[in-house]
Amino acid sequence: MRRGLTALRAIVLREALRFLGQRGRLVAALVRPLVWLLVFAAGFRAALGLSIIPPYQTYIAYETYIVPGLCGMILLFNGMQSSLSLTYDREMGSMKLLLTSPLPRWWLLVCKLMAGSVISILQAYAFLAIAALYGIQMPWQGYLLALPALFIAALMLGALGLALSSFIKQLENFAGVMNFVIFPMFFLSSALYPLWKMAEAGRVLHSICAANPFTHAVELIRFALYATPNLPALGWTLLALAAFMALALWGYDPARGMMRRKG
Amino acid sequence: MSGLALNGLSYRYGAKKALRDVSFSVAPGTFCALLGPNGAGKSTLFALLTRLLVSAEGRIEIAGHDLARHPTRALGQMGVVFQQPTLDLDLTVRQNLRYFAGLQGLGGRETDARIAEVLGRLDMAERAGERARDLNGGHRRRVEIARALLHRPTVMLLDEPTVGLDAASRAAITAHVHALCRDEGLTVLWATHLTDEVKATDQLVILHQGQVLRDGRAGDIQGGRSLTELFLDLTGETA
Repeated sequence: MRRGLTALRAIVLREALRFLGQRGRLVAALVRPLVWLLVFAAGFRAALGLSIIPPYQTYIAYETYIVPGLCGMILLFNGMQSSLSLTYDREMGSMKLLLTSPLPRWWLLVCKLMAGSVISILQAYAFLAIAALYGIQMPWQGYLLALPALFIAALMLGALGLALSSFIKQLENFAGVMNFVIFPMFFLSSALYPLWKMAEAGRVLHSICAANPFTHAVELIRFALYATPNLPALGWTLLALAAFMALALWGYDPARGMMRRKG
Repeated sequence: MSGLALNGLSYRYGAKKALRDVSFSVAPGTFCALLGPNGAGKSTLFALLTRLLVSAEGRIEIAGHDLARHPTRALGQMGVVFQQPTLDLDLTVRQNLRYFAGLQGLGGRETDARIAEVLGRLDMAERAGERARDLNGGHRRRVEIARALLHRPTVMLLDEPTVGLDAASRAAITAHVHALCRDEGLTVLWATHLTDEVKATDQLVILHQGQVLRDGRAGDIQGGRSLTELFLDLTGETA
């Protein structure tokens, strides 16, 4: 038990040191959502009318609407990037080092996920701070309650990346992941437009968006930021986390041979 | 029985057999060179020994622990140096070693003392504060060997540890590991395709097309011939 926690601390610390060591990384991670917030949302404000839907109690500007979705975007990109980088040659050695540690493999993978999630959360909070300076503020309880929501969402998206990294060998470059995972997940969700808007566009689209785990992760973050409970979003996100995690553990089972192609 | 023992190990990638019924053992305190051309199955064997792969056929014992039944105990007795570089280049040598210590469940004050100790043994003590990126290839390898000693393993596996190094670094690292074996009683399995890294007193296992062709004292196997000559004869390759 103590050994497991020592390992967890070491893995999180390594991830944090690496992150802080690469000064450009935080900037790069923040530029993407900020462009969406400051440019895309500003342009779209006039085009998109939003009605009052929970958790909002008044009319809100479009910029306010997409902040939780952009937090989700940070977690999504990070989750994919940190998990998929494991399959690149550059990181292959450090993955081997991790997996040959004298601890159960599932725990090592959980540690790795948690470490990646911590870095994602730091970036999400940095983004929320900039959004607050820009004038989009949440109730103070929201900033506290967002922590567990962001953590669960980050774990879920990281687990998805981990599962993908063990199965899909062709997705070895990030462009493929962008096209086939990140973009569909992001656009077919409630990150940019509420689900009822999607329903106007078509039933099939609406159903896809409603089933997308990323939608539930975004809603979980959105409701947490306004200190409003959303149990269905929590339940679906946790369920997706469990499913992706199970898939990832199966994918990294040594009897299946994840190192096979590098043999 | 401690040391390292492999019994009836086979592995296949789909239809292709990578290892066929591989058996040999390495007694404690022995330096065993695993010699084989590229594609002989050395990397597959290492993946099985480090449990990155698991085979249904055969049995591996590390310091007396069955790897399949008690993986964490067996892995805890093992120090590994992988063929691929595994240092975080942006972290210092000490940070790299602390990370590894954490993975082994080591923490606290004792860790720093051990880090100083293993770095000293590889003549790298004064480099602890440097970033891994600023070290040359030979020194990075030495740090990786030092790191593999941190949790005081009894068995050490090195997968072609001198690949890509210049002659001087290669000789230095080979000598360092031979010394560890002699002085500390470490069991060493050293995979290579370079015959000049093998000493006459070492144990030698020649692997070719997934099978063990020879297993014994290097000097005896050579029988007066040069190892390179014998190796090329056995594996049917031309220089």
